[in-house]
Amino acid sequence: MADLLDGMVRAFWLLVTLDRDLVEITLRSLQVTLTALAIAALIALPLAALLSVRRFRLRRVTIAVLNALMGLPPVVVGLIVYVFLSRSGPLGVLGLLFTPTAMIIAQVIIIVPLIASIAHQSLRELWSDYHDLLISMNATQSQRIKALLWDGRRALLTAALAGFGRAIGEVGAIMVVGGNIDHATRVLTTAIALETGKGDFAMALGLGFVLIALAIAVNLAIHWLGHTESEGRW
Amino acid sequence: MAEPMFPLVAEQAQVRRRGKVLVGPVDLTLQGQGTTIVIGPNGAGKTSLLKMLHGILRMNGGDLRWACPMAEAQRRQAFVFQSPVMMRRSVVDNIAYPLQLIGTKRKEARARAAAWAERISLGDALDRPATLLSGGERQKLALARALIREPDVLFLDEPCASLDGRATREIEEILQQTASEGTRLIMSTHNMGQAQRLADEVIFVLQGRIHEFSPAVEFFSGPRTAQAKAFLRGDIVE
Repeated sequence: MADLLDGMVRAFWLLVTLDRDLVEITLRSLQVTLTALAIAALIALPLAALLSVRRFRLRRVTIAVLNALMGLPPVVVGLIVYVFLSRSGPLGVLGLLFTPTAMIIAQVIIIVPLIASIAHQSLRELWSDYHDLLISMNATQSQRIKALLWDGRRALLTAALAGFGRAIGEVGAIMVVGGNIDHATRVLTTAIALETGKGDFAMALGLGFVLIALAIAVNLAIHWLGHTESEGRW
Repeated sequence: MAEPMFPLVAEQAQVRRRGKVLVGPVDLTLQGQGTTIVIGPNGAGKTSLLKMLHGILRMNGGDLRWACPMAEAQRRQAFVFQSPVMMRRSVVDNIAYPLQLIGTKRKEARARAAAWAERISLGDALDRPATLLSGGERQKLALARALIREPDVLFLDEPCASLDGRATREIEEILQQTASEGTRLIMSTHNMGQAQRLADEVIFVLQGRIHEFSPAVEFFSGPRTAQAKAFLRGDIVE
């Protein structure tokens, strides 16, 4: 209990004094996760729309695989990315291991299936509404996808936020490929793991509260930008 | 003037789903004038027949031919569904959407859509979400959206089902105006009064087949078959 209280006090001071290390790793957390989220959304959302609109032979298999990949263990993803990026691996020449880029790659792999799966669920329902209408109007495939992505944007926002939540709190994969190097690849989650390991629970808790506050702040900001709570029906 | 679309000829056209015959086999020739009303009991296949003619229900047999090439025919027709689909956009964006699909500039499309909204007395609701409209307003929006590309053929599937008298009258006025401007209407309805007001010819559908196809005057004064007589009397026909 004393640890918890101490942690809150520490978190408070870290925030009030704008601790330089804290600001640095917080910004890195945000940078890595938001970049990964942007890339993942660019892949996952059109994929989800395509899976809703188009009937092809491997469609069911693709959807099943995506759903299964939602539960992908991050540590294993980290390990595989590590093997690919390591000096002797196929992409070793790029020298990406233990850089933020490597962490972004791992996070993209982890959240693409999640975002695509959730997005597909809602776009599929929207498509069953729109199906007859858009076909009747002779909309082309890309026009159908565009209509779904635009009219389903609220639901897609939720999918993206789920992806953000998973990525910002992720530790296993980015620890493996990033290495938790101070001033290079240390982010909030890996810092928490480190402080906990060192036995500095107050510091770890302080960072933890910052992380939670950050997640809430980003969610609120995105909801506010997207006007999700007003005009509720969409 | 573009090349004629009619006659529309269906030969032994059939639609089956899950082993059940929904429509057909149907032999039908529709000429280019007037308003065709499709009537018949629930589940007789009116909706399926209209969707098949419109080309959004895949046929399992037979043949369907317009006088012009299929792709062109599809561009020149529109469909109003029984339960109108409201896209999750504003009223004006809903009406403008078909124009934007064929490459009309957004600004011009919205201007023309606004004019149509005025015509269906939704002029002061341009920016309201279409999903918040009432049943009658939705149906009028769907009609405006179908007409904005000025189709040569308009299919309507019970456009006035579950609407009250006033909304029905407003829709019928638009339909009569549209028909007088030369658009071919093919419409199903349960409302016999409406059928008599609008019809030039009547298709009576029973169990997926065209049971009777005759000019409206003839049909309403003396149907040829016992089933059609019973249906007009208001008996239950199965």
